[in-house]
Amino acid sequence: MEYGKQTPWEKIRPYVFILPAMVFLAIFVVYPVIDLIIRSFQEWNMIKPPKWVGWKNFAYNFRKREFWDSIKNTCIYTVSMVGIGLPLATIIAVWLQKSTRLNNALRNVMFMPHVIALLSVAMVWTWIMNKDNGLLNIVLGFFGLPPLKWIDSSDTALMSVIIVAMWKALGYNVMLIYAALQNVPAELYEAADLDNASRTSRFFKITLPMISPQMFMLLINSTIGSFKVFETIRIMTGGGPGSSTQVLVFYIYKQAFQLNKIGLAASAGVFLMIIVGILTGVYFWALSRKVHYQ
Amino acid sequence: MKQKITISSIIGALFKIALIVIFIFPFYWMVITGFKTYMETLQMPPTLWPAKWQWVNLQRVWESGPYPLYAMNSVIVTVTSLVLQTAVMVPAAYAFAKYKFPGRGVLFGIVMAAFMVPGQVTFVSVYHMFAKAQLLRTLWPQILIHGVNAFGIFLLRQAFMQVPDELLESARLDNANEFQVLTKVMLPMGKPTLVSILMLAFIGIWNDYFWPFILTTSKEVYPLTIGIAALRDVEGDFAWDIIMAGNVILVMPIVAVYAIFHKRIVRAFAYSGIK
Repeated sequence: MEYGKQTPWEKIRPYVFILPAMVFLAIFVVYPVIDLIIRSFQEWNMIKPPKWVGWKNFAYNFRKREFWDSIKNTCIYTVSMVGIGLPLATIIAVWLQKSTRLNNALRNVMFMPHVIALLSVAMVWTWIMNKDNGLLNIVLGFFGLPPLKWIDSSDTALMSVIIVAMWKALGYNVMLIYAALQNVPAELYEAADLDNASRTSRFFKITLPMISPQMFMLLINSTIGSFKVFETIRIMTGGGPGSSTQVLVFYIYKQAFQLNKIGLAASAGVFLMIIVGILTGVYFWALSRKVHYQ
Repeated sequence: MKQKITISSIIGALFKIALIVIFIFPFYWMVITGFKTYMETLQMPPTLWPAKWQWVNLQRVWESGPYPLYAMNSVIVTVTSLVLQTAVMVPAAYAFAKYKFPGRGVLFGIVMAAFMVPGQVTFVSVYHMFAKAQLLRTLWPQILIHGVNAFGIFLLRQAFMQVPDELLESARLDNANEFQVLTKVMLPMGKPTLVSILMLAFIGIWNDYFWPFILTTSKEVYPLTIGIAALRDVEGDFAWDIIMAGNVILVMPIVAVYAIFHKRIVRAFAYSGIK
C-alpha cells in the first residue's frame, strides 16, 4: 500500500492496532523506569514527603558493606552459572548429540525442571538438602562422607543455591545448544573425518565456531538471568545465614519492603538496570553481527 | 553394520542413566514425600515407597487455609492474562508485520527494548503505582502486569511476515474488512506460533512467584504459588509431607501439559531462546 492514496482511517489504523500494546508498555515499563530513576535521587520512607538528595543514595549504597556483599554474591552466582553451567551444558549437548532413544529421553527429562515452578524446585531441594534427615546427607553417609549443613551454614549456602539453580537451568541450556548443533552442516564433519581429526579438535575447530553465535547469546542471557536471581534465594535461604546468600535483587527488595528506604532501593535498582542495559547492548550488537554473517 | 558394544559405550550408558536419576529423583521424592505420613518422612533410612499412600495429605493442604480460593485466583489470573495478552498481541503483531507506517521501526524498537527491561529492575515502582491506585487487594495487578507480551509480539510478527501479501490482497478484493483479514487469513496461518506463545505464557504465569510475591498484600488475592510457599508458615518448617503434597498440587497442571505437549513446548523454548 502506498502512503499517498490512503484514506484517513487507513493512515491511523496501524497506530490504533498497536495502541493497546504501547499503552501497556508505557504504564508498566516506561513509567516505572522513569519513576525509578527519579526515586533514586530522592529520600523517601513512604511517610514523609520525598526529599531531593542528589547522588546521596548511590554514595550511601557504595559505602555499605551489605551492598558490596550482595554484589559479591551476585557475581559468584553469575560466574558459576556461566563459567561452570554453560561448559557443562555444552559437553552434555555434544555428548547427547545423536538422536537415539536414550539420548532423546535424557534431554527431555533434563528439560523438565525448566517448566516446573521454581518455587517447587527450590522447596523440594530445601528438603533434599535438609541437614538432619535430607536425602543428600544420607547419600553422602552411604559413601562414608561426612554430612554437610548445606543451606544452613554460611560456608555452603551460596554453593547449595547455585547447585539447585544449575540443576534447573542445565536441561534448558542443553536443549538450546542441541538445537544449535542440528544446524551445523554434516559435510563439515565428513571433511574432518577424512583428515582423521580427533574428537577434541573436531569440537574446537568445527563445532564451537559454528555454534558460537548461539553460544554468545546464551552467555549474555545467562548472565542477565543470573543478575536477576531472587526467587531461589528468597525461598531457600531468605538471604542468610547472615548475608551469605544476599544478592542484588534481594538487597533492593529488603531496602524497599522491609526497611522502607525507597531511595536506596531505587538507586540500587538503577545500578542493576545499567548492568542489564550494558549486557543487552552487547546482546543486540552480537545479534546484528550474526544476521550480518548469514 | 553391527553395533559395537565397548567398555566406553557401557560407561556412557551408565552415566546417562545416572543423569536420568539425578533429574527424575527430586520429582519422585517430592511425590512420595507428599504421600507419606509425617512420621514416615522422618524414618531412617528413608522409605522409597510410602507404606500407605496418604491421599488425605492433599485434603489437608486444601483445608489448611483458603486453598480452593488460591487455586481459583491462579486460574483466574492465568486465564484472564492469556486472553488479555492475545487481544493486545495479535493486532500489534499484525500492524508491525503487514502495515507500512511512519515510525514503525522506532515503535517496534521500543517494544523490543521494553522486553529487555526485567521486572526485577522496576518492581519497586510498579508496586507503588498499584498501591497508589489502591488495586493491591484485587487480582488486577497480577493480570495487568502480564498484559503485554513483548516477546510474543516479536514472535507472532515473524510468523505473520511469512504470510504472502497476495493472500491478503485477494481477501481484500473479496471485500473482506481488516478484521476479517486478521481473523480469517492471518490467524489461521499464525496459529501454531500463537499456540506456542500462549503455552509458554501459561507455564510462566502459572509458575510465577515473583510478581505475586511483590503485588499481593492480602490473602484473598494470593495465587497458588504464594499459598504453597506459605504452607511452611502454617504447617511448620518440617511438615515436609504437607509441603510436598502442596507442591504436587501446584505442579500437576504443568506436568500434565508437558506430558502431552512436550515436543511442542521444547521446540517453542528452543526456538525462542536462540532467535
